[in-house]
Amino acid sequence: MAERLLTTARAIAEAIAQEMERDERVFIMGEDIGAYGGIFGATQGLLEKFGPERVMDTPISEMGFIGAAVGAATEGMRPIAELMFVDFFGVAMDQIFNHMAKIHYMSGGNVNVPMVLMTAIGGGYSDAAQHSQCLYSLFAHTPGIKVVVPSTPYDAKGLMIQAIRDDDPVMYFFHKGIMGLGWMAPNPRATGPVPEEPYTIPFGQADVKREGSDLTILTLSLMVHRSLDAAEQLAEEGISAEVIDLRTLVPLDRATIIESVKKTHRVLIVDEDYKSFGMSGELIAIIAEEALDYLDAPPKRLAVPDVPIPYSRPLEQAVIPSVEGIVQAARELMAE
Amino acid sequence: MALSRETLLGLYEMMVKIRTFEERVAEIYYEGKQPVFNIAAGPVPGEMHLYSGQEAVAAGVCAHLRPDDPVTSTHRPHGHLIAKGVDLKRMMAEIFGKETGLCHGKGGHMHLFDPELHFGCGGIVGGGIPHAVGAALAIKKRGEDRVAVSFFGEGAANIGAFHESLNLAALWKLPAVFIVEDNLYAISVPKTASTAVRSNAERGAAYGIPAVQVDGQDVVAVYEAAGEAVERARRGEGPTLIEAVCYRFRGHFEGDPEHYLPEGTKEQWKQRDPIALLAKQLKDQGWLTDEDAQAIEERMTALIAEAEAFARESAYPPPEAALTDVFVQAESPREEQSHG
Ligand SMILES: Cc1ncc(C[n+]2csc(CCOP(=O)(O)OP(=O)(O)O)c2C)c(N)n1
Ligand SMILES: [Mg+2]
Repeated sequence: MAERLLTTARAIAEAIAQEMERDERVFIMGEDIGAYGGIFGATQGLLEKFGPERVMDTPISEMGFIGAAVGAATEGMRPIAELMFVDFFGVAMDQIFNHMAKIHYMSGGNVNVPMVLMTAIGGGYSDAAQHSQCLYSLFAHTPGIKVVVPSTPYDAKGLMIQAIRDDDPVMYFFHKGIMGLGWMAPNPRATGPVPEEPYTIPFGQADVKREGSDLTILTLSLMVHRSLDAAEQLAEEGISAEVIDLRTLVPLDRATIIESVKKTHRVLIVDEDYKSFGMSGELIAIIAEEALDYLDAPPKRLAVPDVPIPYSRPLEQAVIPSVEGIVQAARELMAE
Repeated sequence: MALSRETLLGLYEMMVKIRTFEERVAEIYYEGKQPVFNIAAGPVPGEMHLYSGQEAVAAGVCAHLRPDDPVTSTHRPHGHLIAKGVDLKRMMAEIFGKETGLCHGKGGHMHLFDPELHFGCGGIVGGGIPHAVGAALAIKKRGEDRVAVSFFGEGAANIGAFHESLNLAALWKLPAVFIVEDNLYAISVPKTASTAVRSNAERGAAYGIPAVQVDGQDVVAVYEAAGEAVERARRGEGPTLIEAVCYRFRGHFEGDPEHYLPEGTKEQWKQRDPIALLAKQLKDQGWLTDEDAQAIEERMTALIAEAEAFARESAYPPPEAALTDVFVQAESPREEQSHG
């Protein structure tokens, strides 16, 4: 039988639907997730299947409904809340940082918060400073939140089911550019094979998306796609790049990272989040701690250079890592 | 009180100006996005939230404002900024992402700032409401007679910032006017599914703020209610909340499939086009002929064409410009490191 192909958006919606069928404690809340099907299509078809009691369009009250998800979770429900763009986290930050993330710990492990907060990330289409951020590093920095950042339809489904079944609060970040939306720039990798039956992908397992021997590219989300395109070009130049998709930042698969660095001796980190005090610095610190002696060159990183995302196209394209930028950085790394 | 011919014609002209601007921006927006829509393509990429249909609110309120009266707006800001008296060229250039734009291309259509007009807006729902409170606070501290106005949608009236802001403004008796533009929808979610009271005017009582609901398609009704509120604030008597019931004639953003709209409702609302309503009133009074109306339209079209030409001819900012403006002091050590 031919493999069934789905967009990432449909893969996520299917994962949620299958878990809602399996577990009546699961319900979902968010803005425009009902009739609209989610601005990025992650909830399409759910209202029709499960009705408005379990697929709840909310007012624009993020602090209220994300806080309500926390409260429902502590009462034994398994809520999913959609924050339309991660950029809007600010209005609900207290509920996310001080409550969702900490209740389990503060209660001495007595109270669980089994919820999923899913949200859209990423730029590249001129949506400017308040609608284009990634910010996963900010949440990975906070103890108590599991951080999931898939890059493909297959991973998106398995990681979403895992997230819903997980007993801890999980933030699930989907990049708009991997969803397979008709109104975004086309991305062939946004559609891919997805098994129909439910399956899970354990957290903390990075995926080697392409094997290589000369350098390791550590990345996630849309930057996996850009890195794979770059690796293709690099191969033509005789440079063999290994592309590792981290898939989850918390927990982080240190073993796969270290193993690859020990093999290639060179590492490039590609990150669409801000550069300073974030994922790229953390990964380099881990490598320095665990594999410094194996490095033949200082680690390199490509990330947003500590500026908000500008609107104007040439400015935005200059700050978000591109395929050409990755190729260039890899060449420089090989020349070290 | 009956409004003068001059006032009514001024309102009419402003509404036509806003509508013409918005409809032209819509045409430009679809350049490069057909036959296949790609939000990142064309001379104006990104999201685009247009104001067509709600012109009576911006025109009716801003007619009472001076250039130095602070205004905060939303993700749907064009109407408010035009009514405030912006230089259309610099506004259009910003929408094109050009160096000559109001924000040198860094802001774009949702993040327009014009300090000369004390105008700001942004893409976070409710984000501008506390800023109007702060502007009013600054005005009060300095003993000035300026008034701060915040425009926002009925959807924004469900976010915490709205409620905290109203309480602060009332508590501190600030010269502020809050304008809820109830266009019945927050993207796809109707007001009836998001708000348990029928009118946000009812919420004024919770904060001790005088509040009224007006017909937002009727520019005279908006003008009168706003006039009272602005004067009250200038006299130092505190804030007012006005809910103007209106309708957006285009999607939430361009490309919105609008599947959520009950069939026929938009057509019904279009029969109460605020511009047509005022035109009829003016014509009935003998203050506007078809030729006058056409002349106004042509004048506005020419103004906007000029702004468009300016925007198209302007250069994009150089890519390095992305790294400036994070801080006032460009030589800040952190910025320098990032350059390297
Ligand atoms: C805090 C926050 N939540 C959600 C959004 C996404 N969003 C943008 S506009 C909008 C609807 C706003 O509705 P309303 O306030 O009624 O203004 P309208 O669009 O109708 O003019 C939503 C939900 C946002 N920008 N900010
Ligand atoms: Mg609205």
